[in-house]
Amino acid sequence: MTAPAMTAPATKMVSLTIEGRQVSVPEGTSILEAAKYAGILVPHYCYHPGLPVAGVCRMCLVEVEKAPKLAASCATSVAEGQVVHVHSAKALEARKGVLELLLINHPLDCPICDQAGECELQDYTYMEGRPDSRLRDPKRFNPVEDFGGDVMYVTNRCILCTRCVRFMDTMAEDPVLNVSERGDRAVIGKFDGHDLTHPWAGNVIDLCPVGALLSKDSLNKVRAWEVDRTASVCPNCTQGCNMIIETRDNTVVRLRPRSNEAVNQFFMCDYGRLNYRWMNRQDRVDTPLVRRGNDLMLAEWDAALAAAAQLLTGAKARVIASPMLSNEALGLLARIYRKTGGSGSYRVAKGDRAPLPGVKNLARREELGANVRGLELFGFKRSESPAWNLGSEDILILADEELAGIDAGAVGQPRAIIVIGTTLPSWARGAAVVLPIGNFTEEEGTFTNVDGRVQRFMQAKAAPGYARPSFAVIGDLLALLGEKTGYMLASDAFAAVAASEAAFSGLSYETLGLRGVALAGGAAR
Amino acid sequence: MGYPHKSHPRETPVLSKHFGDPEARTLAGWRQRGGYRALEQALGMAPADIVNVVKESGLRGRGGAGFPTGLKWSFMKPGDGKPHYLCCNADESEPGTFKDREIMRWTPHALIEGCALGAHAIGAETAYIYIRGEFTEPLRVMEAAVREAYRDGLLGKNAMSSGKRVDVHVHKGAGAYICGEETALMNSLEGRRGNPRIKPPFPAVSGLFGQPTTINNVETLAAVPHILTNGAQWYKEMSLSSPKSTGSKLFSVCGNIRKPGNYEVTMGFPFKEFLYDLCGGPLPGRKFKAIIPGGSSVPIQTVEEAEATLMDYEGFVAGGTMLGSGGVIVFDDSQCMVKQIARLARFYAHESCAQCTQCREGTAWTTRILERIENGDGVMDDLDTLMEIGENMTGKTICVLSDSCATPVFSGLQKWRHEFEAHIKQKRCPMRSAVAA
Repeated sequence: MTAPAMTAPATKMVSLTIEGRQVSVPEGTSILEAAKYAGILVPHYCYHPGLPVAGVCRMCLVEVEKAPKLAASCATSVAEGQVVHVHSAKALEARKGVLELLLINHPLDCPICDQAGECELQDYTYMEGRPDSRLRDPKRFNPVEDFGGDVMYVTNRCILCTRCVRFMDTMAEDPVLNVSERGDRAVIGKFDGHDLTHPWAGNVIDLCPVGALLSKDSLNKVRAWEVDRTASVCPNCTQGCNMIIETRDNTVVRLRPRSNEAVNQFFMCDYGRLNYRWMNRQDRVDTPLVRRGNDLMLAEWDAALAAAAQLLTGAKARVIASPMLSNEALGLLARIYRKTGGSGSYRVAKGDRAPLPGVKNLARREELGANVRGLELFGFKRSESPAWNLGSEDILILADEELAGIDAGAVGQPRAIIVIGTTLPSWARGAAVVLPIGNFTEEEGTFTNVDGRVQRFMQAKAAPGYARPSFAVIGDLLALLGEKTGYMLASDAFAAVAASEAAFSGLSYETLGLRGVALAGGAAR
Repeated sequence: MGYPHKSHPRETPVLSKHFGDPEARTLAGWRQRGGYRALEQALGMAPADIVNVVKESGLRGRGGAGFPTGLKWSFMKPGDGKPHYLCCNADESEPGTFKDREIMRWTPHALIEGCALGAHAIGAETAYIYIRGEFTEPLRVMEAAVREAYRDGLLGKNAMSSGKRVDVHVHKGAGAYICGEETALMNSLEGRRGNPRIKPPFPAVSGLFGQPTTINNVETLAAVPHILTNGAQWYKEMSLSSPKSTGSKLFSVCGNIRKPGNYEVTMGFPFKEFLYDLCGGPLPGRKFKAIIPGGSSVPIQTVEEAEATLMDYEGFVAGGTMLGSGGVIVFDDSQCMVKQIARLARFYAHESCAQCTQCREGTAWTTRILERIENGDGVMDDLDTLMEIGENMTGKTICVLSDSCATPVFSGLQKWRHEFEAHIKQKRCPMRSAVAA
């Protein structure tokens, strides 16, 4: 988390001492957030920066000098000159007490719980809890419940923090969850006849600090400590939600939101979250291919690139590019079509807009591809069914575009087809050269989202076989067409694109960081 | 007139004067008995002047906390451009307390007058009376009385021809103890789950529907017309003791005592005389063992402590407990304290709203341990565990329900620890076997 609203000059600042550290934060900040800013974690369950404060778990109790009682730091605003003790004996004793009470009815079935390893109940118990339990009575038992959508409710593990209820009430504005019953009989309830089918409902799984709300999709599939986590950007629509790709054994197993105040706050939609199986496709093209007579033959990269360059010499490149390609790939492709006097176009699948009402300007967008804005910036024209009448001076370049549903005759009679892609679609059967590239999980790059925000994604897994990053392949092709050099690094490719494209001028991977930068005038379409 | 007993000569019936008199329930009967004169007078006064009279009288909240009423009213800033609300807390659910019930059953117009007067004093046009769901008879009586008051123009857009608007609405609760907590009551009144809210903001800043709100107990509001009619000085002089505790107070008495019922005495009345003279002392052949003087949430007194106590806010504190709601529960020597305290804990475990961890889990765990000890399955370690759970449950939650559950457990373990130990050592309840034998 960045410091809250540090940039607004009008905000009055309040100075206080937390665990002996002086901090100055804007008026109205909670003690918990101020402590975070000072680098001190106050254990908490019900508090979440993206949700209204509930103040119910009582885990974040801290000692404030001169206050009669311990303060719930999530629900207490900072005051000038306050002296806060997070780790005083009194505060530690109180939190230890909360942990003991949370655990008396908790099943302690961590060995079979999906949350184990990323469970805040585990974490804080190891940090501050008792080593044993004094409970001598039987534990409460409630059955598991299917909440609909992708969500399963393991009642026994629930600590009633109500993050899920508050998310559905205030963020999704679809209040299907509630707290049912009172006392220790209380459970999270679902209104009769309603399910967690809201397009953003899956966020309750991430919000749940324990293993009570679980994803049916990833149930029992993977342990938290087995996965590798990679910062990335969701490619499934133009919104560009920041996300984490979790991989195990070079396979994407789960996508989760990564916080970015400027884009998706803490959330991502169910469509984006669950639409990851294509990233693991097994029917990949993993070797360069060159046509010899009627057959596509395995080839060395040098030979394949040389063949492609030769085809392009003296011909116009007609590029159909996928919206799943990075700015780097698209920027370099644009150079190819411009250099040869050709043109670029793209197709994109459409869906329904599905907003998350609680966050301004956050929705699953109609256009179901990551880099539509990038395509437009690089001069690619939208065209669902390319109606060009390609002739003998044209080379059709299919850049990771399968042209599904379009007949071979529809584009005319190009001199040849070059496929730069991840798969071998039926169209590629007639290709002269096939250059295999990685998909976005297998390389580094950037996407430009619907609002013109350029955001980086990292490589999460290895590309199959001899497939190479898209920017490297297209860069090498450009080199053969007389450009200065190819690119070994995505950052170099980005720098080259930024140097020649006005919209990207001044940007670099360093300035983009992990949360991206909005292009000047990027929102204007 | 007293109810159900004849008024004792040492009582000071102000609020209870007309208990048991069916005619006082009707508007005509109430006006004959001097009703609504205070309201008429008040509607002609500036709100600030009314607040000053109430401040001067020293009236303190009768719901349990004893907050000065006039001071509470003065938090409502006039002319802030927002609608103000008055809530009357008639969700009388504290175990052992049934004084508000009698006020509403017998003198509904006293409450309506108090509400209208209070509303005017805090700049509100609307007062809500939130009645406990189980109070079916008081609800019926109150609704009839409100209808009468509207019919005769005492309420409405031109209340008592004063040109001022005063509306009083009666709202029935749905049966939750926690809705007697003021912010939970507001949530319930708004149609939400009755969960206490985090404070601040306090109700005077953001209460009912997010607007400035004052919330007062039935007995408090019913006392205000008397103060306005007779003057602050009269109310102050009624007290037999501390100047910080003024006026008269209704006490509800129940348990092992000869004459249970409601008694109205002035502040500072000796508790010993109250128990033995007014309430008739213990049942034949029995001795008092323990007294809860202010509803189940206050510390339990031994009979020796109780006999040395004066009945006012300070007196009960000096006696190691609190005046609370004035619900006196008496246990005699036939009672098992473990069983009684377990029963109280079970009540709180049942009524916890389930928000705060300490309360949700702590009340239930406390109950389970106490019931296990009562059933003869306790171990000595349980007593330390009970104390530590109680510490965990005290002063750490949004409201004080959790503290209220721990309070009788602390009292029990401090004052009747031998009974707990006897249960554990004998592996059964000694009282139960004594009765059976």
